Amino acid sequence: MTTATAAVTAPAIKQRRAFTAVLRRDLLVTWSELPVFLAQVILQPLFLLFVFGKVLGSLGYTQHGYSDLLFPGLLALTAVITGMQTLAFPLVIEFGWTKEIEDRLLAPMSTALVAAEKVLFATLRALTATLVMIPVGIIVLGSIPWRWSGVPLMLLAMVLGSMLGAGLGLVLGTLVVPQRINIVFSLVFTPLLFTGCSQYPWPSLARLRWFQIVTACNPMTYVSESMRAALVPEVPHIAPWVCILVLVCSLAVLMVIGVRGFYRRAID
Amino acid sequence: MSRGAVATDRTDAPAVEVDGLVKRYPKSPVNAVDGISFTVAPGEVFGLLGPNGAGKTTTVGMLTTRVKPTSGHAMVGGVDVGADPVRARSMLAVVPQRSNLDRSLSIRRNLTFHAAYHGVPAADAAARADELLAQFGLRERGDVKPDLFSGGQSQRVMIARALMHQPQVLFLDEPTTGLDPAARLFVWDRLRELRRRGVTLILTTHDMHEAALLADRVGIMDHGKLLALDIPEALMRGLPGSSTLELSVHAGGNGDAPSSLVGEFERLPGVERVEPLPEDEQEPDDPHWRVRLYVSGEASTLVAPTATLLAERGLSLSGVELGEPTLEDVFIHLTGRTLR
Repeated sequence: MTTATAAVTAPAIKQRRAFTAVLRRDLLVTWSELPVFLAQVILQPLFLLFVFGKVLGSLGYTQHGYSDLLFPGLLALTAVITGMQTLAFPLVIEFGWTKEIEDRLLAPMSTALVAAEKVLFATLRALTATLVMIPVGIIVLGSIPWRWSGVPLMLLAMVLGSMLGAGLGLVLGTLVVPQRINIVFSLVFTPLLFTGCSQYPWPSLARLRWFQIVTACNPMTYVSESMRAALVPEVPHIAPWVCILVLVCSLAVLMVIGVRGFYRRAID
Repeated sequence: MSRGAVATDRTDAPAVEVDGLVKRYPKSPVNAVDGISFTVAPGEVFGLLGPNGAGKTTTVGMLTTRVKPTSGHAMVGGVDVGADPVRARSMLAVVPQRSNLDRSLSIRRNLTFHAAYHGVPAADAAARADELLAQFGLRERGDVKPDLFSGGQSQRVMIARALMHQPQVLFLDEPTTGLDPAARLFVWDRLRELRRRGVTLILTTHDMHEAALLADRVGIMDHGKLLALDIPEALMRGLPGSSTLELSVHAGGNGDAPSSLVGEFERLPGVERVEPLPEDEQEPDDPHWRVRLYVSGEASTLVAPTATLLAERGLSLSGVELGEPTLEDVFIHLTGRTLR
């Protein structure tokens, strides 16, 4: 190895070490509060699943088979919302209040890598939460729609959905000042929750054209639709390739805005 | 400015080199830091003194890669902080004014994870954490989370944490602001210990006493400019009329300072100004009057001439107090206003 390449690789190794140490810190903290983490991520989809999938079905207010349609949507919802919450809330507090992030910003790694670690960690957490929803679904509903041939697409949708949530979280977390956190989150969170097609398939909205347009603007819709394409293909859905294309493009845009916002918060 | 003055008599490269550093924040009509230059030698303790808003924190922000300079250069440990911030971060450590400890981790893990971020092997980090926890009186509290720590304790943990990766330069922002006197003394002791071990320290403060006590050299900042930079003694020596001589005189029958005497004192060589002081009310049976002479040069040389003048009038001195100038006097002289 020449000295020139040594000079280039040495910092790269150092940066990789710093990156893994920061990730290790986040995983350790999650592990040490695992019950809280699980309660936090499972409760909301659990209740949605129970009320809409089980209770309403048992009482005859929903058609037979609605829970099969709802379950893939809830996987999408869990992925996106968990990714967003994991990243946005702590980031707002760390930047605006506790300043905890400063020790990581002063680690020998580029500021973009600190942001990348946040995204990776939020994605991992969201993936875990979404995978946990599978046994939860079996327990609550008795059975869940499942197709082994659909698993690769389901996993891809889970990863993209988790990353989408993380990307939204990065954008929100760097834009919002702590004083506004409550207002902004309720303004973003609830619409996101109910316009992401997790509780209804998108093509069926043709009868409600304006709402169909609104939902088409929420990138979560494309996660829900991919999930249905994977697990309940008999339900009309947007073509998976369209979903993946939209998701990849949304991710690219969110990451650019988010990392830029992160730099603005990290460096004056 | 005495750029390089200290560095030249040492063989090592400077620990910190600042050259024409400017920072203007967006939407601000003025420069927060307005073209400052200085050099800090390895092992030196350098104090940046100035009121709030003088530009000290912004200067440290630029040196520690958290604020992007508008123009100018800064090197820390031989690394250009603007061009290679990632490498510069290995050279330095920062102890901020307010706690930024990781609240999800125990004190010990705050230390060991900081070391891990900086690539210190785990075994070394554990040993060093033990050592530093003991040194900072935190041995018993290693497993506690920092939420419940007082300002003084957090400060100690943050200094210990900063030392985990053995930085070449340690930056401390107002290290003892808001601490109680005991905690302040403890922090000062630890800083002096670091200085003995040759760690370069850069501290910002608006406490003149702290600057005079700890710093080898002090830079006085106001409105983003470095107004003076020297060893504290030289800054104070250069001050006209800042030594004082305070005389207490038995008043005899008359309690007022005779105005003719004030005139006579003013004519003594070296006296710049004479100020009659309010009467000492501690001892009403034994009235004194007091007067303060502002002197350029050594105040003690004026004790004999003033005593003679008094004796000629049948008055006797009952007390003499010599006052040395403080950095606050230097600051007031340079800026025309007080530090706080």
